[in-house]
Amino acid sequence: MSGYEFDFDGQRLQARASGALYWPARRWLVVADLHLGKSERMARRGGPLLPPYEVQATLDRLQSEIAATDPACVISLGDGFDDDLALTALPDALCAQLHDMARGRVWHWITGNHDPVPLRVGRLPGSGLAELRDGLLFRHEAGQGPDVSGHYHPCIRLAGQRRRAFLIGRDHLILPAFGAYTGGLIADDPALTRLIPIGLAVACGDRAIPLPLPVSGAVRGRRA
Amino acid sequence: MTLPTAFQDWFARQGWQPHPHQIALLKAQGDSLLIAPTGGGKTLAGFLPSLVDLRDPPGGLHTLYVSPLKALTADIARNLARPVADLGLDLRIEDRTGDTRPGQRARQRVDPPDILLTTPESLALMLSYEQAPRIFGSLRRVVLDELHALAESKRGDQLMLCLARLRSLAPGVQVTGLSATVEDPGALARFMGGADIIHADPGPDPDIAMLATTQSAPWAGGGGHYAIPEVLDQIRQARTTIVFINTRAQAELFFQALWAANDENLPIGLHHGSLSREARQKVETAMAAGQLRAVVATGSLDLGIDWGAVDLVIQIGAPKNVKRLVQRIGRANHRYNAPSCARIVPANRFEVIECVAALQAVRERDLDGDPRGPGPLDVLCQHILLTACAGPFDADDLFRELREAGPYRDLTRADFDACLDFAATGGYALRAYDRWQRLMLRDGLWRLRDPRAARDLRMNIGTIVEAEMLKVRMRGRGGAPLGEVEESFAATLQPGDTFLIGGQTVRYEGLRELVVEVTKQPTKQPRIAVFSGLKLATSTQLSHRVQALIGDPSRHALLPGETRDWLALQARVSALPRDGVLLSESFPHQGRWHFALYGFAGRNALQTLGLLMTRVMEQAGLGPLGFLSTDYALLIWSMDPVRDPAALLNRDALREGLGDWLAGNAVMKRSFRTIATIAGLIQRNLPGQRKTGRQATFSSDILYDTLRRYDPDHLLLRITASEARRGLVDFDRIEDMLRHSPHHDHRMLDRVSPLAAPLLLEVGRVPIAGQGRERLAEEEAAALMAEAGLT
Repeated sequence: MSGYEFDFDGQRLQARASGALYWPARRWLVVADLHLGKSERMARRGGPLLPPYEVQATLDRLQSEIAATDPACVISLGDGFDDDLALTALPDALCAQLHDMARGRVWHWITGNHDPVPLRVGRLPGSGLAELRDGLLFRHEAGQGPDVSGHYHPCIRLAGQRRRAFLIGRDHLILPAFGAYTGGLIADDPALTRLIPIGLAVACGDRAIPLPLPVSGAVRGRRA
Repeated sequence: MTLPTAFQDWFARQGWQPHPHQIALLKAQGDSLLIAPTGGGKTLAGFLPSLVDLRDPPGGLHTLYVSPLKALTADIARNLARPVADLGLDLRIEDRTGDTRPGQRARQRVDPPDILLTTPESLALMLSYEQAPRIFGSLRRVVLDELHALAESKRGDQLMLCLARLRSLAPGVQVTGLSATVEDPGALARFMGGADIIHADPGPDPDIAMLATTQSAPWAGGGGHYAIPEVLDQIRQARTTIVFINTRAQAELFFQALWAANDENLPIGLHHGSLSREARQKVETAMAAGQLRAVVATGSLDLGIDWGAVDLVIQIGAPKNVKRLVQRIGRANHRYNAPSCARIVPANRFEVIECVAALQAVRERDLDGDPRGPGPLDVLCQHILLTACAGPFDADDLFRELREAGPYRDLTRADFDACLDFAATGGYALRAYDRWQRLMLRDGLWRLRDPRAARDLRMNIGTIVEAEMLKVRMRGRGGAPLGEVEESFAATLQPGDTFLIGGQTVRYEGLRELVVEVTKQPTKQPRIAVFSGLKLATSTQLSHRVQALIGDPSRHALLPGETRDWLALQARVSALPRDGVLLSESFPHQGRWHFALYGFAGRNALQTLGLLMTRVMEQAGLGPLGFLSTDYALLIWSMDPVRDPAALLNRDALREGLGDWLAGNAVMKRSFRTIATIAGLIQRNLPGQRKTGRQATFSSDILYDTLRRYDPDHLLLRITASEARRGLVDFDRIEDMLRHSPHHDHRMLDRVSPLAAPLLLEVGRVPIAGQGRERLAEEEAAALMAEAGLT
């Protein structure tokens, strides 16, 4: 799986095609918005009964990223679980899979708006943090930059398809959602252009594909 | 029942004589199906028994009328008002559609009218209320209008399930189906659960012919623009003309070309499903008022209000389907005993042959149509959930009731149980939702676990799942709405791109709050207007007729001279496709090998075959590069030639390939999205819901991929696979082709054959999927980077 390397806040980073961020100098792997347990929460609320495999699917993808990068540290950048109950309801087998994946590594669960505050890690490997400042500032939702965050589930349109995307600006690096059942916010939404008026997007998929932000602005400049 | 004197007098005062079929329907004891051409007083026939009954209204809802179109219910209400007033009947007639005000709806639930006019979706909604037994308990009659049209889609299946419910709520209710001419009235009668068929006098034969043109049809393309002068001439001579064209994009282009040549400024309008409702209504009103001389339309005008003034129908492009052609011809001259007048304009040389074959079928009154499959299970899942909204139910009772519905008469208990399990638990192999089931079994009855869920389920009623559409509007404050385009089309647009909508060329400026903003661009040639939609394939029977006509030189005298010469040349240098033989050719052209297969199986099936064959060719090392499909032929170009097509067309290998290929196919994902929405797995995007800053919905593709990986035997995947046998994938027709033409005739040629030449001119070549798409995305991104000076 190929990645796209770029510099942010003085660090060389890699946007991986899976939607995970890799920091080679530290061997850190960062994923945002896993939203584990989302399908169960919807069912609990009387909504549609979505295929209950989303935790498995998300963990399988994360496991293959861990296998590919062998990180020293894994960071979940907030909204790791869809809510408090989702953590309690995590089946033992999947919990064991998480512990397997975490063996021999440091694991941080950063608190997001869906997570209980602060995350009562309990059965999980690793520790819960409000944010993490170590070379870079990691938090769930972008604030005073420069920072690395998630929360918005950014997407872009490319060749007629919607793809999850990294958004890279001067002050903010925003990761796409890694969870299987997560929607997305298109990068030209004011909530995102406010944070990153110009910069780069890296589209996820079979390969990581970089393109300029804002997408339409660049094109308009050409046609004018 | 006989016609009472007051009614006889009323007919006499109008100067009318009751039609025999109107009287027959009045006398009918059980359920009936009336087959009558347009203009045959069909609707009045349907209501006459009710009006006679209602001289003395028993109170409560007496007659329910269901039509596929909201507009039709309003029109019927107006049309009924006159006889009701003339006859001095004391009746309440009301309509109930998605447009009915909430206050009116609530009142109708408490105090229903004598006659209620509605649509299948509104009926399903009313049946989901707890009050349904009280509202419908008094029902005596049901009238199902345009049943032939409803039976073509899942709306018909849903309606039949609702009808079974009505029969339980009001035992003895008498049902009348009204239908245009169809190929198999018996099948339609079985569809409505059994009925006596009443045939109205079909009227005189239509006056139908090819439109004579000075220019001949081009070799390829689908626009029909060569015939513009003659079409204008016809419009000038007729009072009012409908010009039917097969696709929205072609309708736009033809309309523009027509106006470019319209020196006399004849008032000509445009009508298709991508136009805004306002724009369509404007055209309909102008048409009804006799202000238009012609309207260029797509299937959007196949049904609808009668315009008595239409005296000519022109069909541009191959009719694809004889039954639809006949129904369209019927739009001209809605007066009963005058022949309908229609002219056909083939868009290219191949279509000339199809038009000749279709005209022959029309004259022989030989209609086509593919038999309906059994009732689809996604519709059943929705129906089960809605049944639970109305109140607790017993599974055995429900199963018995469902089998009263025509399309579900052979429903197995196993399939029913699977649907019930899906509705209750999601039906997953991993029983994850035992605590959160949607339906719970308590005291032997199934009911909603959370009664609040009923609201969401009711919002999701219906079987029409539109592609995600975006509104198009002129930029600026209060910019005029122009229509809608599919989101996937909008996603390919870049600022500055031009496209056609509402007959004008516009320039894409940007997307703003999910509205496509455009500006006028009067001079520039538009980028092709692509409102991708269902591509209608030529019917099996018409394809066979075309193949038979081509393969029998003794009948070539029916064809125009240049078509005869073309086929004679083909016979000399290669061979003619003929009955029972699958003809194919391999020839080099521009440094590549081409393989042409004359399968006559319709474009959807041949497209699927193209995808499957290129896979097999890849494995065989022939280096396939791309292919295109038409309704008649498949053309594949490759590095090395195909020498043994029989080996590539092995049925078992194709079947196996189908299973693999379906996994990642966009067409399947699109079918799955529809099925999952109907079955209630995903919620429709409702207006207003999508404005939230954070997109809460996610792509149904993800659900499809997840199910394929973790639960491949899931009910919804089973439904999706079975639908692939028809429709866009149409695998059944590939098998039909192989059965119908068991012998192969393969010709190795040194150059392109006459029959293959038009294929090379066809647009719309499909690059092989897979890495192609990825490359496209990368190229687009690289171009943007380069233009932005970032490499």
